[in-house]
Amino acid sequence: MEVATRMRQNRHTLMLLARGCASLSLATEARPESNCGCAELLTGGGGGTWMFWRNLNTMPVCCNSCLEKNAVLKRPKTGHSLCKECFFTAFEEEVHQTIMSGQLFQRGETVGIGASGGKDSTVLAHVLKVLNERHDYGLALLLLSVDEGITGYRDDSLETVKRNQQQYDLPLKIVSYEELYGWTMDDIVKQVGLKNNCTFCGVFRRQALDRGAMILGVDKICTGHNADDIAETVLMNVLRGDIARLRRCTAVATGSEGAIPRCKPLKYAYEKEIVLYAYFKKLDYFSTECVYSPNAYRGHARAFLKDLEALRPSTILDIIHSGEHLSVKEDVRMPVQGNCSRCGYISSQALCKACVLLEGLNRGLPKLGIGKHQKLHHKLLAQEPLTEQERRKLKVLDL
Amino acid sequence: MCRAQEEEDERYSEAVRRRPELGLEQKCMKCKERSAVLIIRIGDAFCKDCFKEYFVHKFRAMLGKKRLIYPGEKVLLALSGGPASSSMFQQVQEGLSRDAPKKLRFVPGLVHIDEGAVRRQSLKEREKMVAEMESVLKMSGFPYQIIALEEVGRYRAVIQVFNLPSSVVQWVSKDIPDMADDYKAAVDGFLGHHTGVENAESGSRTCVQTKLAELSIEEPEPAASTGTFCLPSAQSTQALKQLFDSVRSLTAKEELLHTLRSHLLVHTARAQGYSKLMLGDSCTRLAVKFLTNISLGRGAFLAMDTGFSDRRYGDVVLVRPMREYSLKEISFYNQMFLVPTVFSPALNSKPSEKGSIHQLTETFINKLQSDFPSTVSTVYRTSEKLNVASSVEGPESVSAARCLFCLCPLDTRVEKASAFHATLISEHLSQRKSLDLPEAAVKKCCAESEERRCCKKPAARGSTTSRADERLNLLDLLCYGCRVTTKDLTTLDHLPHYVRSEADHRTHRTAMKKEIQEFLLHENADLEYVLKT
Repeated sequence: MEVATRMRQNRHTLMLLARGCASLSLATEARPESNCGCAELLTGGGGGTWMFWRNLNTMPVCCNSCLEKNAVLKRPKTGHSLCKECFFTAFEEEVHQTIMSGQLFQRGETVGIGASGGKDSTVLAHVLKVLNERHDYGLALLLLSVDEGITGYRDDSLETVKRNQQQYDLPLKIVSYEELYGWTMDDIVKQVGLKNNCTFCGVFRRQALDRGAMILGVDKICTGHNADDIAETVLMNVLRGDIARLRRCTAVATGSEGAIPRCKPLKYAYEKEIVLYAYFKKLDYFSTECVYSPNAYRGHARAFLKDLEALRPSTILDIIHSGEHLSVKEDVRMPVQGNCSRCGYISSQALCKACVLLEGLNRGLPKLGIGKHQKLHHKLLAQEPLTEQERRKLKVLDL
Repeated sequence: MCRAQEEEDERYSEAVRRRPELGLEQKCMKCKERSAVLIIRIGDAFCKDCFKEYFVHKFRAMLGKKRLIYPGEKVLLALSGGPASSSMFQQVQEGLSRDAPKKLRFVPGLVHIDEGAVRRQSLKEREKMVAEMESVLKMSGFPYQIIALEEVGRYRAVIQVFNLPSSVVQWVSKDIPDMADDYKAAVDGFLGHHTGVENAESGSRTCVQTKLAELSIEEPEPAASTGTFCLPSAQSTQALKQLFDSVRSLTAKEELLHTLRSHLLVHTARAQGYSKLMLGDSCTRLAVKFLTNISLGRGAFLAMDTGFSDRRYGDVVLVRPMREYSLKEISFYNQMFLVPTVFSPALNSKPSEKGSIHQLTETFINKLQSDFPSTVSTVYRTSEKLNVASSVEGPESVSAARCLFCLCPLDTRVEKASAFHATLISEHLSQRKSLDLPEAAVKKCCAESEERRCCKKPAARGSTTSRADERLNLLDLLCYGCRVTTKDLTTLDHLPHYVRSEADHRTHRTAMKKEIQEFLLHENADLEYVLKT
């Protein structure tokens, strides 16, 4: 099992790195005893990775930062060649800077790290632990995971989180959809099909993380959203015309709106650098796409962003800069945030999205929460029956 | 996916279902008499006459609603020869014709900029295109001018002209109240001012013009009425080509071209007393531009770059009256009513989808639009909801530092928790050996750049300034987006003279100001800067 995971992970790392090679050429890991001018050693790489290694410089390059060791990689963010140690230092220091300048934490706080077992949250947990010790933040860290109940995906990744718990010696709490909502994603997909299932999963996860955090009594949640994720969200919100989210999606910390403040310490870290960091640190992470196909529309934005990055690597941060400087007209109507009258969670409607989705599932009308059906909210609250016509509209069409 | 979009797509599919079989016998949905010839939007079939009425009405309604252009005002139309601007030109002609029901009442002029040098056209091709353009422009009877892009090299003082006098900017903000609070009063004010200026031959506008006459160049301006195009000298063409060859990426080339073109257009408008400049950006174009500019880091200026009116130049206001037409509508109109267009080749020799961020975005939007028909309108509507960042507008902005290239208020003076500082930190950390506390790293970054243009060597203009310093100094004067563009320039040597001398000048002033800082009573002593000449 262990070995199989490792191999899969290694392959994934290489795949990720090889994707869009234009901006990233990874020199090989230098032999520990080698100094400048020494031949380089190729590590890793099976047949499938040959294409990737082929583009290497044969001449060793000196690290731009320490000017002593051989560089082993070219930073995707800046294009500089760095040795392993200098890259680690730079990466960690940048996360530290994000934390300090954004004043993300206060001494003595308990911080829950949203851990999925994937590369971002694994690197986040590792870096936070290192920085907490190095700079003496005085934080109590713990891992927080959500079990959506997806066989063949989440059960495996939770194994990784459990290993991380031991490796980093951090407490771990897992909350599951099943205990919170009475539905696993597997059951939901059985009822809804593969079209809108991501809506359910996304909405439920957001709440689940908050509920888990409340159970543990943490002061803050931090998530592994990286620069690519944020740039992608900016693009998505433009394409969807969602002005309210467009305005707040670049914030490094969201405080007042939710029950528990959230922050994104990896906001300025490139996805590729996170992979590089995990690769060179040999971190143990899980990497498989969700078995219930990823959201198609987001895929367009993602592919577009990758193309942009290949043309000009700074684009990712440029987009975030744009997002940070948008200014919305005063007279644009924004949704007013209130509380759900059923569960008390923040919501701009009488009923929060999770409650509506759940109601739809329990009534066998899964489309209740897909699209706009606010007119029905009062009926739901009053527990009135729906008309036959309404019911027909909200059922899944059997094809 | 977004709920709104889902709904719209649902409506679309419903409309498709509801739509009767399309055929020649379908009737126009407006007059319900004649048979329809085209479908605009979702399922709306129009006959030829009703489509024309709809198209014409939209143009007048746009100008009427915004109430920005005054009767008798001189308006310069920037024409590229492409479908959108040609269509705009046709609308203006139509609106000014004697039998138009709601006649437009401004005084138009036309300008076309020949960019053949950077579009890799031979002299012969350029001459041919200019001749084609000229024949189109001539027919209108409006004053017109065709200018080669090379002209930017001629103007030594364009930028200074841009920044001219705070009086210009104050005059604008005083006399033209925002929007149509009181259009009538604004019109009266405009007319009064206008005649006042003409009679007394005084006032800021004339002032500007005299100054302009002094500043601009050795050669006299071409006659204001009609400028016959004369090919630029081989030397200036060479200089322009050199400039564009020194740019590493196509993205930056596109941006640079846009910047230079804007400078030239505004300069032309100013020199001949036009106070409005009409651009033919269509809805589709603006949606692409919106997304492109986000990717270029120009988020702070989206409202200016894509809005209906753009006041960044103060006395010359940019107007985009075609912004509610989709490119499809425009093409249909042009084809049906035989609007002449002139084709100009793209910037790169080999057209590819992924050559520049601009092209990439255009392909992306078009592809998405064919799958999700509400894409362009959604992006366009998003752009409607933005305004110029509040920190950037307001009374202080008059004297606030503006970008040397795009004239937008600088967006680089931001707090430390920002993408801009994150890039500075990254660059700092991965360059030299540093065990400094990162706190100090940032400070050092700034301090260093300041040190370099420190007051100890204030007269460092000219030969003693090293190239690295010049670059640093220039970057300091630019907004985030223009900085990114400038990073793709291999050398600054080929930048037009007016840009470099103004950069020098500003750097020098900053150094001077620093020296006398402690004696200044107002932090905002930049007013003095504006009044300096």
